[in-house]
This record gives sequence, C-alpha cells and structure tokens, in this order.
Amino acid sequence: MSQEGRSYISRISELSLADRPLAGGKSASLGELTSAGVAVPPGFVVMTPAFDEFLRTAGADAEIRQEIESLAHNEISQVTAASKRIRQRIGQLPVPPDIGDAICSNYREMSLNGAGCPVAVRSSATCEDSESASFAGLQDTYLWVRGEEQLIERVRSCWASIYNAESITYRRRLELPEDQISMAVVVQQMVDAICAGVMFTRSPTTGDKSVIVIEGSWGLGSSIVSGEVTPDHFVVNKVTGEINKRNISDKVVEHTADPSGSGVREQAVDDQRRRAPCLSDESIAELWQIARKVERHYAAPQDIEWAICRDPDTGEQKINLLQSRPETAWATRDVEPAAKPTAKAFDHVLDLLSARKKRT
Amino acid sequence: MSSKKNSRPFPLASEIEDVPGTEGWEDMYPYYTRRQPGDDEIFWFYNSMHFPEPMPAFDALTAEVPYTAMGANTTRIFAFPATLGVEHRIINGRVYITAHAVTDPDEIARRTEIFNKRAGHYFENWDELYDKWHKKMLALIEEIDAIEIPQLTEFDDESAVLEGRGIGQNHFVREAYHRCIDMFSVMWHHHFELLMLGYGAYLVFFQFCKKAFPEIPDQIVARMVAGIDILMFKADDKLKSLAQTAVDLGIGKHFVDGADPDAVMAAIEASGEPGEKWMAAFDEIRDPWFNISVGDGFYHYHRSWDDDRTVPFSAISHFVKLIESGEDIVRKTEELKAERKRISDEYRALLGTEEERGAFDQMLGLCHHVFPYVEDHKFYCEHWFTTRFYAKMREFGDLLVKCKLLKDREDIFQLNRSEVEDALVDAMLAWAAGSEPLGAARWQPLVEKRRDILAKFAEWDAPIAIGPMPEHLEDPAVQMLWGITSETLDLWSLPPDQVSQNELHGFAASPGVVEGIARVLKSVNDIGQVREGDILVSTVTTPSWGPVFPKIKAAVSDIGGTMSHAAIVAREYGMPAVVGTGRATKQIVTGQKIRVDGDNGIVTILD
Repeated sequence: MSQEGRSYISRISELSLADRPLAGGKSASLGELTSAGVAVPPGFVVMTPAFDEFLRTAGADAEIRQEIESLAHNEISQVTAASKRIRQRIGQLPVPPDIGDAICSNYREMSLNGAGCPVAVRSSATCEDSESASFAGLQDTYLWVRGEEQLIERVRSCWASIYNAESITYRRRLELPEDQISMAVVVQQMVDAICAGVMFTRSPTTGDKSVIVIEGSWGLGSSIVSGEVTPDHFVVNKVTGEINKRNISDKVVEHTADPSGSGVREQAVDDQRRRAPCLSDESIAELWQIARKVERHYAAPQDIEWAICRDPDTGEQKINLLQSRPETAWATRDVEPAAKPTAKAFDHVLDLLSARKKRT
Repeated sequence: MSSKKNSRPFPLASEIEDVPGTEGWEDMYPYYTRRQPGDDEIFWFYNSMHFPEPMPAFDALTAEVPYTAMGANTTRIFAFPATLGVEHRIINGRVYITAHAVTDPDEIARRTEIFNKRAGHYFENWDELYDKWHKKMLALIEEIDAIEIPQLTEFDDESAVLEGRGIGQNHFVREAYHRCIDMFSVMWHHHFELLMLGYGAYLVFFQFCKKAFPEIPDQIVARMVAGIDILMFKADDKLKSLAQTAVDLGIGKHFVDGADPDAVMAAIEASGEPGEKWMAAFDEIRDPWFNISVGDGFYHYHRSWDDDRTVPFSAISHFVKLIESGEDIVRKTEELKAERKRISDEYRALLGTEEERGAFDQMLGLCHHVFPYVEDHKFYCEHWFTTRFYAKMREFGDLLVKCKLLKDREDIFQLNRSEVEDALVDAMLAWAAGSEPLGAARWQPLVEKRRDILAKFAEWDAPIAIGPMPEHLEDPAVQMLWGITSETLDLWSLPPDQVSQNELHGFAASPGVVEGIARVLKSVNDIGQVREGDILVSTVTTPSWGPVFPKIKAAVSDIGGTMSHAAIVAREYGMPAVVGTGRATKQIVTGQKIRVDGDNGIVTILD
C-alpha cells in the first residue's frame, strides 16, 4: 500500500471512536466494537479525505457546499431538486486514479480466496450516530457487491448519498456547517447471514434497563429494517440471561444473496422455518453476553445490529455485529425516581400501607 | 380482554345448589360460616390455596382460628390503615373468603396514626421481638406436648385424695381439650404477629422494583429477597444426610423408589449393625424435622413425615441414587448467596440515580432483615406445633373409642369442635354416673354419613369465585397471600368460548421450558405416586413437598403467586414452574403430555 493510499484507507480494526472525524460514525463504531473484543466482519474504510479529494479534484466542493447552505430545510421541493441535481453530478464525476487504486488494492487483499469476494458497502457520515443526533439510516448501504468496477460505483453512490434529500433536510434543520460534513465508506466482507436482526440493551417500549430486547428473522436484517417481516421477539433478562418472553412470529420472507452473485433478493421462507424460532437458546445466550459486553464498553445503553453468519471456509456459525449506536429515545427523557431514601428503612413500609404517599 | 369481558362471570352465593346426597351438610360447620342474606352483594373467592379440599367438620377450625387471629392482627392490634380482616363462608365444604378494607380517607388517617406507632415499634425492635417470638413458640410446643389426657380409669389416682386436690379426672378431660384448642388459637395469633409486617416489607420492595424496572419478572424480585438458610431447605439437607449415611453404611439399596416405608424400615432394622447406626442417625433428626407435614396443617389427614414416611423416604431414595452415581448433592449455600448478591448488585447498578440506589438498599436490607421470619414461621406453626396438636386430638379420639362412642380414633375429625366437646362430656358423665355413654348411636352413623358427604363434595366443581365482579382488586394483602389481582380476575372471568381448552395461563414462577408427562395430584396424600421425570400438577404446593422436587421436571399449580413455596422451591432446583393457573388439575389428566413454559407462564396440553 502506498504512503498516499494509507491516508485514504484504514482497516476497521485500526479504528476507534476517536477517529469519527475521518472515518465517520459507523466506521468508528465498528472499529470501537472490534477493540471491545466483539466480532465484526473484517474490512476497510475509505476515509473522508478520499471523499474530500474526490470533490476537490473535480472542482465541485465549494459550489456544492454553498448550494446546500443556501437551502431552507422546510423548502422540500427545492431540497429535492438540489439533491437530485447534485447526486446526478456526483455520479458522473471521475474517481481520482490514486483513490480508485487504493480501494481496489485493499479489495483484492480481502479477496484471498478468488477474485471479487462479495462485500457490503455502507456509508459512514461524519455527523451520524453522535449521542444527541441519531442519524442512522439516512444514507445508503449496498449489499452483496462484487468486483472492482461495481465496488467503485457503489463507493461513489455512498458518497452521493450524503446529498440525498433526507440528509440535507436533517443537516439544514440542525444548521450544521457543510464544510464539516464529509463521508467515509465502509467496505466489509459480506456476511452470509442465516438470520439477523437488532437488539436493544434498554427496552424500546418501557425504557427498562434490566432487559435486552432481541428481534430477529431469517436471512439478512434488511427485511426487518424495511418492515417486510414481523421478527421473532425475545426479551432477555440482562442480569441473569433468562428469557422472559419469546414471541415466535410467522416469518414469511427473507432477504438473501441473489444467486447471480451480486445484489439481494427477497424470497419466501420455506414452511419448515416460517414458524420456527430463528434463534436457538444458545444463540440468545451468546447475544446476551455480547450485548452486556458492548453496553459495558460504552457505559450506556445501545441499539445493536447483529447477524449470525456461516464462515465461508469452516461452515461454522458465528455472531457478528454490524452496528452499535447509543440509545437516544429514553436517554433524553426525564424519568421520575422510583423512590427516595427515607429516614428509616421501615418508613417505606409505613408509607405504603398507610397510603401516606399517593400510590401510583 | 376487557372488550369481551363477561359481565357476570361468577354465580351468586344464593345460586349455588347443594350437591345431591349431601342433605344436612350445613350441620357440619358452625352457623357463622353459612351463607347470609346479603352475601349476593359481595365478591368471594375460593381460598383453594389454603383449603384445596372439602373441609371435614373438625378441620373447619383451621379456617376459623387463623381468620380470628389474622383479623385481630390487622384490624385491632396494629390497626393497618386500609386493611381489615377476612370473612369466610363454607359452601359445599369449600372455604370462600372476602377481604374487608377501609376506604374512608378520614378513617384511614385515624388508623394510620395508631398503625405507624405500633408497626414502627415492631420494625424498630424486630430482632428482639423475633427472638421473643421464637422462645414463645418453643414454650408453646413444649406445653402442648406436656398435656396429659385422663384415661378415665376405674378409680381416680390416690393423689386426688392425698394432695387434697378434690377434683375428679373427668374434669381434666374437658380442661385438656379446651387447653389444646386455646393453644391452637395462641399459635395462630403468634403466626400472624410478625407476618403481615414482614409481607409489607416485601410488597414495598416489589412495587419499587416494578416501577424502576417495568419488565422485571416477579420471580427475580423474589430471588433477590429469598433467604438461603431457611428451615425448609435445612429439612431437605437432613434428608440428604440420611441418604449419605445410608450409602456410607452400605444400606442404600434398601431405599427403593415407591417402596412401602414400613418395608424399608424393616429391611434396615434387619441389616444388623449398619441398620442400628442408621436408626440412631434417624432418631437424632426425627424431632423436630419429621414434624413437617405433607400439607400446611389445614387438614388432619395431612400427616407428618413421621406419621407417613412416604415423602421423606422417597426423597432419600432419590438422593441415594444420586450419591451412588457420583453426584455431589450438598447444597451450595455460599454459591447461592454469591449469586443472589450478584443479581441484586447488578440491578442496583442499573438504577439511574444515587437516591434510587439508597432507597433500594434500605428496602432490600429490610426484606433481608424480616424475611427469615416470613420463611421460617411455618415450620414452627403449621408444621411442628400443628403436628403435635393433631397428635393430641388423636389421643382424644382414642379416649372416645375406649368409651365406645367412636369406632376409630380418626372418626373424631368428623365431628366439629363443639360436637367433640359434647361427646367428651357424654363420656365424663357416664364415667361419673357409672353408666354407659349415650352417644354411640348418634355419632357413629353421623361419622359415616359425613365421610360420604365429603366424598361427594370432592367431586363438586367448586367455582373459583362467587358474586359480582369487583371493579378492581388492588388489595395488597390479597395480592401477597393469594397472588390474586385484577388481571387474575380478568382471566378467570373469560367466557367459556374464549378459554382455550389446551392452554392455561398463570404466573411465570420459575423460568425455562420443558415438555413431559403430567402427574396430576388432587390430594396431597397421593404425593407418593410422583415418579422420576414427572411434571407435577397440583392444586397447591406446600413447602413439605420439597422432597419430591428433585425428582420432577417442572411444577404446575392451580393456586399460588411468585412467593408461593412451589415457586421458591422450583427456582431453587432450577426447573420451570407455572403457578396460579386456576384450573390445571381440572383440565390436565395424569399421563397427558404437556409443555410448561416458565418464561411466559403458559401450560399447553399437547395430547
């Protein structure tokens, strides 16, 4: 790898949260997970200097940024028109050869067992996943990407996605300065997900911090995110690992790799698996351990994306995390304390039985 | 559920008809247990937790006396602000109860002042009072053991003359009977002395946990509170030590699962020196540990381990098998304590503020302080004392047989408290007159008739509740003792077409999911039928069933909450349990394959 290439590319495992300015939120979080001792699909990150250089070489950076800053977040038609225009333009800009070479040589290193291993290409913006602003899901992700040409194309699509209408509106609403916005792109070994889903280390419905809520379905997690499937739902006791609740749903469809070798297709789940739990108790126990580890690492409740994958070489099943971000919905809410200390411990009982304090 | 709620799901008291062939059954019980004109306005529920079977005439005392004592404690002694006592009725042999509460805010305020002072005194001086309680109970047990029942010998003892006593022994027959009944009453007053306050400590912590952790399962709260060194587990340990001794002495083979205990004893006695050694070890723990009864002391025929050794010997045979297969059966109390501490520490750490952690420490600390009483009082009251009480009553039974009033000592329990006194007076009079007692023709046919009535009552499908559905039921005492809340009532009142015939819902008392073959026990006396790997389905499970737990795969009960003993023991053995299903013993048949989901509180009939 050339000296020049190094500043454009980093391994996921080399990153930590501190690298967010140059690696974007998602990449930094994945790197941090690796250092917490949690398995993450291996890969590399096309760092923000690559994006900046891409725009600069094309002479487009200042123009684009000015155009965005002149928009008002509530002028939806203007935002949409600008977004379309800018994205089209980016789609036609050439990727500077040194950046393209750096991406391709790293991709080749990943593809040890033959040319063109499938990868996931995911955007990682510098302003996403900060604790106050949950920015998730506003940029693009491409699954089962194969071959250098397609990879470069998808990296460029990710770059462009920073200018999609939702992202622009979001930034304008928060009045974030455009010159501090940049985009990194994660290129990650594609996981052959048997099942996948999300888990919350704080109950999304009640805010209870003593449970881990796990949702999962067959195939890739995209079927859950898109709402096409009602996932299996498990509530696990965070402290003991016991499964408090399990609702096994009828999982009609799953997202899997397209047999053509690239892209994702939706297919019907066979009858045998439709109503079968997508997670064994052993896998739930493993997810429970991982959730505890990640939450402890960040010292705050997390929303986590996971997948159970088959190792392409050994065929063994393994849990990988695809994402972890701080929980924001309950964190910002004021919760009344359940009780306060009293002068004497038994005053609690007297208060309760005498209805001295209004019962709720 | 509310959308399709049945507006009048339960029959009214007056609508309940007699079971055919039981005419005159009301005479078995005192007049104040009978239905009254206003009863149709009141919601009653069947207390199948304490009284899962029809009440023999004498045993009605085990409802009357506890309710006399419990109400005294809450209504009059401590003046609980909103909680009064319990009123009961006996209908077709079943005990129905209703809890009285104070709702007028001024009245609550007036009682609160008294309550805080009195309850505060008990909490403040808990250790000293518990110590005193313990001594009182031991003295009471000693006292009832010491009661001598006169044998109505031909001539009175010479001492009546030489000591100038001047009282004939027939006087002491009735006096001894009264003293036994009085001591039974004293025992029940002691029983409630610290209990309601102890439950209060648990309830306050329970409610705190539910508020701080809305999804916390009840059983986790129970696990943080539950004692490790409780007497019921100590009894289990004693059985394990007897099993170990048998193995060490090489006579473990005599303990065969399902064998007649007398045959086992005979084989041991015939085995020479090892047998003698084992018997010595057995005698050492027999008193007090074999005073544990297979029930909770509410029925005379729930015999003690010493009276009927089926349950403890079956447990010993199981432990022998485990020891011989190289398993370590010693209870790891230190590990259990460490795990309990880990769980509570982690929950504590999850709390949001220092203030909450402070309150948590106070409440859990208080629970640990008062719970040894809550968990251990039963051993002294319902088991040890009550076993001795029934033993004395059987001595009176012997006297009545000797006087030809009854045919069998057990027949005494077919007479109610006043009738027993009548029969004794009959004997006293005849002894004095030098004549024959007159009651044989009265009592003996009555005993037969009542046995027949009880058999018919046993077949009656007792409604789970009676009367108008209450708007809500948030009585903390009812919730604590019976596990009944508004949600329970909603479930009970589902119209029949909405009640799944294959699925039962209850409290998720102990986690895990298993499938297996059901063993339905309608009477505790059938407990000897339980076999290795069964799923136990019972009306209620009492602490003394502990010994069968190592053999079973899961436990299901009709009645009980997460602090019920079935729940506690199931958690101890790490097996799934669903309690408070309301109708498991009615819907499940022995031999059926069922699934017990202790995570969600669901029992499914698979056959």
